[in-house]
Order: sequence, then C-alpha cells, then structure tokens
Amino acid sequence: MTARDTGTGYVDGNALAGPLGELFALVAMDVTAATGRCVNCGRTGPVAALAVYDRAPGMVARCPGCDHVMLRLVRTPDAAWLDLSGMVWLRVTTER
Amino acid sequence: MGIVSPGFHGRRRKSAAELPPGQYLTNDFPVLSAGPTPRMREDDWEFTVTTETGREHRWTWREFLDLPAETPTVDIHCVTKWSKLATEWEGVSLDALLADVETEADFALVHSYGGYTTNLPLADLVEGQAWIVHRYNGEELAPEHGGPARLLVPHLYFWKSAKWVHGIRLLTDDEPGFWESAGYHDYGDPWREQRYQGD
Ligand SMILES: [Zn+2]
Repeated sequence: MTARDTGTGYVDGNALAGPLGELFALVAMDVTAATGRCVNCGRTGPVAALAVYDRAPGMVARCPGCDHVMLRLVRTPDAAWLDLSGMVWLRVTTER
Repeated sequence: MGIVSPGFHGRRRKSAAELPPGQYLTNDFPVLSAGPTPRMREDDWEFTVTTETGREHRWTWREFLDLPAETPTVDIHCVTKWSKLATEWEGVSLDALLADVETEADFALVHSYGGYTTNLPLADLVEGQAWIVHRYNGEELAPEHGGPARLLVPHLYFWKSAKWVHGIRLLTDDEPGFWESAGYHDYGDPWREQRYQGD
C-alpha cells in the first residue's frame, strides 16, 4: 500500500506497482510493441530487432547498430535480474 | 582431492561423485557467448597488466609466446551445469606474467576484446592456478573458444575464464564484471555451488 508523507512531497515505491505491472504485461503480450534507444549510439528501434545472445549464463540483447549491450536478463532459481542500463528509454505503446 | 591410487583414479574419473554439485558430464565443448566473436589477428593482439598505481606492463603476441609454456590438463565446470574433464591446454602461467609486476592489489578485473569483463581475487590467479592459453587439444585455440588467447582459471566456474583476453587491471577494491554485476556470484567456486549472488 502506498504511503504518502505530506512533508516530503513524494510517495513510496508501492505507487509503481500498478504502472509497472501494466508495462510488463504489455511487453509480455506483445514484445513488438516495445522500442528502445541505445545509450551508446542513440539508435532507436523495436526490441524485437535486437541481437539476442541466449547461449550464455543469461540473455544478452545488443544494439543491431553498434553491438552495445542494451538489455540483460538473468534468471536464478529465486529471482530475475533485469539490466536496462544500456537503454536511454524503453517505450511501450498502449491502446488508446 | 581424495587419496586415490592412480589405477583406481583412472576408472573412477567419470563418476558423478567427482563432479561438483549440480553438474553433469559432457564430452563435447559447448560454445557459450554473450556477444559477437571478436576476430583478432595475432599481429594486433596485445596483453596488458595495469597495476593499481597505473603502471602498465605489455606483451605482444611474440613476447607472449617467448615466455615459458606450460601444458595444464584440467577439469572445467560451466555455471550452465556442464563439466568437462581432463581438458588439455597450452599457455603461459599468470605467475610468469606477473613475476615482475609490483602490486599491493587484492583484486583483479579481467577484460577482453569485445568488452567482456570478469572479477576475481588476485590470489586466485597465482601459484599455478591460472594461465593465458592459446592452444587447446594440440591445436590453435579457435575464435569461438576464445582464440587467439583466453584466460584459464579451472578451479572457478568457467565464466571466469574470459575468452579473447586482452588484459587485467589490478585493483585495491573489488569491482564486479559482466555477469557478476547481473546476479552471478563474485567468486564462483563450483565445489561450493556459488552460482548466484547470495549462494
Ligand atoms: Zn547502439
């Protein structure tokens, strides 16, 4: 449950639950709806166009323009680690 | 290692009891890669050791080959659960490469052509535990297996044995490498099954 402290002007991270849930659900439903911008070369394109190396300890998705790592996903028995530090942003289209 | 007579050791080698926990035996050599395979010409290859004070030590391919060669035969264990026994390599021990390097550092960050990195304590690179190898099974090391040269640290999970090795930075403070910064263990001892952070 979101806690609002009137003194600070912000709410706690529980406020992200709904919006992040919506985002991940949309990506799961249709990954082609997601586009990203490479932090290294600035190229913008669909996530589906990334070069994914999956014969590795995790999944590594690279920019098709410059090979920079844009996304990493590591699955352990009890957690999933998502690294998006190679993206300036991830845009997911929503239905109007 | 238990005390087993050589005769029995030969027959018992392939038993599951001699593999680290959770590993299975394979006879082929799976190729794992987190990116495109760098194609390095030996003429362009260079190996550097950079100390914590910024002092650089460099070897060209020719200078590297002039160092005393060793031929370790070792078992290797990949975190994706395959193990391969008695693999035969040729290369130069890190003891030889670090012999004239003055350092007070406790940690090493290995870096490769192509951008890969992995971290380990400096103590795990010395005393006959690690090599830069350029030959496998009597042949030149193939690019998909890390050629022209890769690190070999067989007592740790194989992701520590960086392919396409380019250099080592010696550090006062530990700095996580590519997989270690995304959920994998900082040390990676297969016998203690240190696969992930917290194991
Ligand atoms: Zn790029």
